[in-house]
Amino acid sequence: QIQEDLNKQLFDNLLSFLRRSHSEFQEKTKEWTCQMKSREIPTAALVLGVNVTDHDLTFRSLSEVLQNNITPYIALLEAKDCPGVKNLIQKLMGQLMNCDIDVDSLEDEDYVRVSQNRIRCSMTSLINWYESVTKKTDSETPSKKRTSSSRHCQSPPIVVIFKDMESFATKVLQDFIVISSQHIRELPLVLIFGIATSPMIIHSLLPHSVSSLLCIELFQSLSCKEHLSTIIDKLLLTAQFPFKLGDKVLQVLINIFLYHDFSVRNFIKGYQLCMVEHFYSQPLSVLCCQLVDATKRVDSLSHEQCENIRRLPSFRRYVESQESEKQIALLTEDSFLKETTLKLLEDLHVYHENYVSVLRCLHVFTSSLPKYPLGKQIRELHCVCLEDRVWETEEYESSLQLARMLNKSDLVTMLQQCVEIFVSSSGKGFDKTIEKLNEFLTQFQKLEAEAFQEQDVSVSSQKELQKKTDLYQLQKSLLDLKESRRSKKLTKFETLRCEIIDYIDSLVRNYLVPVDHKTLHEIVYFNTASVLREHLNAAPRTALHTALNNPYCYLKNKALKSDGGSISNKAPDICIVYKLHLECGRLINLVDWLEAFSTVVMAAEGQNADAASSDQVDDVIQARFIRAVSELELLGFIKPSKQKTDHVARLTWGGC
Amino acid sequence: MPNLKHPAYPAAQLLQLESLVPCRESQVSMLLSIFGERQQFSFPSIFIYGHTSCGKTYVMQTLLNTLQLPHVFVNCVEYFTSRLLLEEILIQLQSCSSETEQASHVSCDTFNDFVRLFKQAVESRGLQDQTLYIVLDRAEQLREMEANILPAFLRLQELTDRNVTVILLSEIVWELFRPNIGCFEPFTLYFPDYSIGHLQKILSQNHPPEYSADFYAAYINILLGVFYMVCRDLKELQHLAALNFSKYCEPVVRGEANERDTRKLWKNIEPHLKKAMQTVYLREISSSQWERLQRDDGEPGQLKGLSAHTHVELPYYSKFLLIAAYLASYNPVRTDKRFFLKHHGKIRKTNFMKKHEKTSNHLLGPKPFPLDRLLAILYSIVDNRVAPTANIFSQITSLVTLQLLSMVGHNDQLDGPRYKCTVSLDFIRAIAR
Repeated sequence: QIQEDLNKQLFDNLLSFLRRSHSEFQEKTKEWTCQMKSREIPTAALVLGVNVTDHDLTFRSLSEVLQNNITPYIALLEAKDCPGVKNLIQKLMGQLMNCDIDVDSLEDEDYVRVSQNRIRCSMTSLINWYESVTKKTDSETPSKKRTSSSRHCQSPPIVVIFKDMESFATKVLQDFIVISSQHIRELPLVLIFGIATSPMIIHSLLPHSVSSLLCIELFQSLSCKEHLSTIIDKLLLTAQFPFKLGDKVLQVLINIFLYHDFSVRNFIKGYQLCMVEHFYSQPLSVLCCQLVDATKRVDSLSHEQCENIRRLPSFRRYVESQESEKQIALLTEDSFLKETTLKLLEDLHVYHENYVSVLRCLHVFTSSLPKYPLGKQIRELHCVCLEDRVWETEEYESSLQLARMLNKSDLVTMLQQCVEIFVSSSGKGFDKTIEKLNEFLTQFQKLEAEAFQEQDVSVSSQKELQKKTDLYQLQKSLLDLKESRRSKKLTKFETLRCEIIDYIDSLVRNYLVPVDHKTLHEIVYFNTASVLREHLNAAPRTALHTALNNPYCYLKNKALKSDGGSISNKAPDICIVYKLHLECGRLINLVDWLEAFSTVVMAAEGQNADAASSDQVDDVIQARFIRAVSELELLGFIKPSKQKTDHVARLTWGGC
Repeated sequence: MPNLKHPAYPAAQLLQLESLVPCRESQVSMLLSIFGERQQFSFPSIFIYGHTSCGKTYVMQTLLNTLQLPHVFVNCVEYFTSRLLLEEILIQLQSCSSETEQASHVSCDTFNDFVRLFKQAVESRGLQDQTLYIVLDRAEQLREMEANILPAFLRLQELTDRNVTVILLSEIVWELFRPNIGCFEPFTLYFPDYSIGHLQKILSQNHPPEYSADFYAAYINILLGVFYMVCRDLKELQHLAALNFSKYCEPVVRGEANERDTRKLWKNIEPHLKKAMQTVYLREISSSQWERLQRDDGEPGQLKGLSAHTHVELPYYSKFLLIAAYLASYNPVRTDKRFFLKHHGKIRKTNFMKKHEKTSNHLLGPKPFPLDRLLAILYSIVDNRVAPTANIFSQITSLVTLQLLSMVGHNDQLDGPRYKCTVSLDFIRAIAR
């Protein structure tokens, strides 16, 4: 089941990628067809954002789409493979000719020989190859029922993708562009630059004489933040997937994303890790599945698993709230327990369905408020709601306050949006809500109509007024009229507005109860953030330090349990050496260090150390010392120094 | 009347040649007189230099093609190793005279092999009695190949004892070529830049068939008036002329103006061309986008150029890392204590501003700094505590791959790595916001 889920959400992710790259590609087809005749090399500059780890996936799906729709000839080039023009062209030819073999694996041995021997990796041979290939497909098409080439047009372009434009050497790129521009007539090349930072890099990498050979068009990919929101939207804010993330875990994942890498892929990996961890550590996670399967699984629960359920804190709370006989039944009869569990699971499912739509609805309201007291993104709102009762927070108060000051047109559009959300949601209990909201809308319409009427009335009254001659009277009545109109109309609108806000408030109070208060939430929610943090926020220096400073932490040997600062002689040699070196300055005298080491070790050996009195250090100890020191060097704590003989330099400060 | 006269070649060919190479008559006649008759030995090597797109390659190609002289034309950028270059010459040699069979592959690793194979090829093709021309375009690349290549090409005639002339085309002067060990001095020939009159003449030569030559010449005149200040590159001008011509014709097509109405046309095209100078010429927007824009008659303001997208989104800590790197690069070490410590000592103002301090650090460029200093500054500028996790370290390296930081002197892996911040103050300002 885990596997299934993993696939499903990976596929989800890929789909969104595909959709994105597809639109890019559609623009691109236009580009190359109209540019085929000109001298310039059509080039797409793809700005992808700094999340380099995601690019791989993007490029793979991009090349897949291209392969399916435009051309079989695609080469993906990476900077690390191409230190020179020679390597670049070699790589390019290798990829192109291999992909040719993939397409029509008829006479591949000919090409294999060429690519294996790598006799002549030059553009001429590439052109020859291209000509022969296109000719072949041309002659093939009538006889074979247009298998491969029907999808591609007559002379498919060769797409060369530079994955990481920034890292390419300037000279390599320049030379390649100059070379290929000379052959653009024979060889329809299309370049795609993957750019992580900003398109300015093209100008800084290529001089004008080279960039004038290109016909660059810019494509901006979705920012990774937006991408994350869609992923969260699809993965977390649906009732589709039974597995959920708790607030702290979600917070950790989002923090890593925002603070560290902007990498959607890492986010997904974190999510997968959560899933694995959840299914591994929580014995009741068998019940975390689609509702249809749940009945079967609940039926097949063993006695032990039932006991497990009884032990859940949320279930205990539930039991305590029941009547006494029911309590007994729940605690003793397995069958009754199963029934209740099933019911509770169903409740939970319904809760999720309602939760999502109400959350979206609330988001509609809060996202347009000034200063965003509850956050701009729905994920922030989601976190707040998961954490605690949202209506008890200050931010919620202030946002309601602000919502009470919304103007009419905004309010109407929001209400319409809410209605849409509820209509599209799968939850059952929303018929009434929709009705209510629609009622509000009609009231608004009525209000508008009334306002029109009133205007008419006022116009007519003004006409009446014109008849009157007394100036004072006129002024007074005008003021009266104005005041009454304002107060009257506004109060009507205001009451309606208050009603709406109160209604939304009640919705929130009803449906956005934090999960902690729901029974059996442990089954579907993963909430041990500390585990996740341990796994994802690796701190190599700290770990190394603890390992060397306090070996008990990892070795779990009673003898090693030390108390504070003293250096235990039972610890491994490297730990002793490490601790001693912590006490030294930048340069460490090896002789002194050895002496200290031998003293510590001798203290262990006890009294038979008569040799210690003599200056000569035991050979064995010296060997152990040397080994430990070289181990430290391997770990990068020290290095031999040339400033002083018999000294080593420390490379870490403070050792933290 | 024809300017080019040479007894060895028929007058018709010369006339055709002259029409093909406008404004280069003197150079061509000079070359012809050097070449002499077909069977005569010519100067062993000729070095032609001149600025970008002053017709070196074009003149050589048309000259050799119209007079049907046996020649080999090789671009040194394309054949980037000596082996590829030599093999390419041999292959072209095999195929240039006899189009019968596909040239069999020859492997040629050294110049010695080349000389031997070259002799064979010349003999088998029956070219002994004619001068063979080997043209090496972008010859400055030869300097980066093996040391013997350039001197050997210069005296190829002597080495092979065959009737061959090597012509080098380059954009830089011969003085920069001359190897220290000395070599055979080629005959150098300079191609001067085209003047504005030349440009006008050349550009107006190939006018579109549906319009008269005068009309096109007037257009070229306007175009040059706008672009001559910034660009004298013939190719680029040609490109721009082709791009903007449809816009110029617009009033004529609509019937608002006839072809003689130059003033009206000028008014129509001039702002358009100025816009083109700011966008297309700098490759801010591509020419295809420009064409589309013309068709839709939209404002170029809708299309943002390349440099409009300068904003870079970075993760939270990456921003701080970059700012810390910037501070470390441009602030001297001794001010660190003053800036980043809460309880720093008193600042002695008298000593602080030394003379050399007055020159801005920004003029001196970024200085390298060790990793530890970067982290120390990072800890002090970030409000809450930052754990030194692997994520932080990997961010530093990813900043290096994005070329926002650069690593300095990474010969020793154990040594604390030193970095430099390569971004500008404006960039940092944008990030720090």
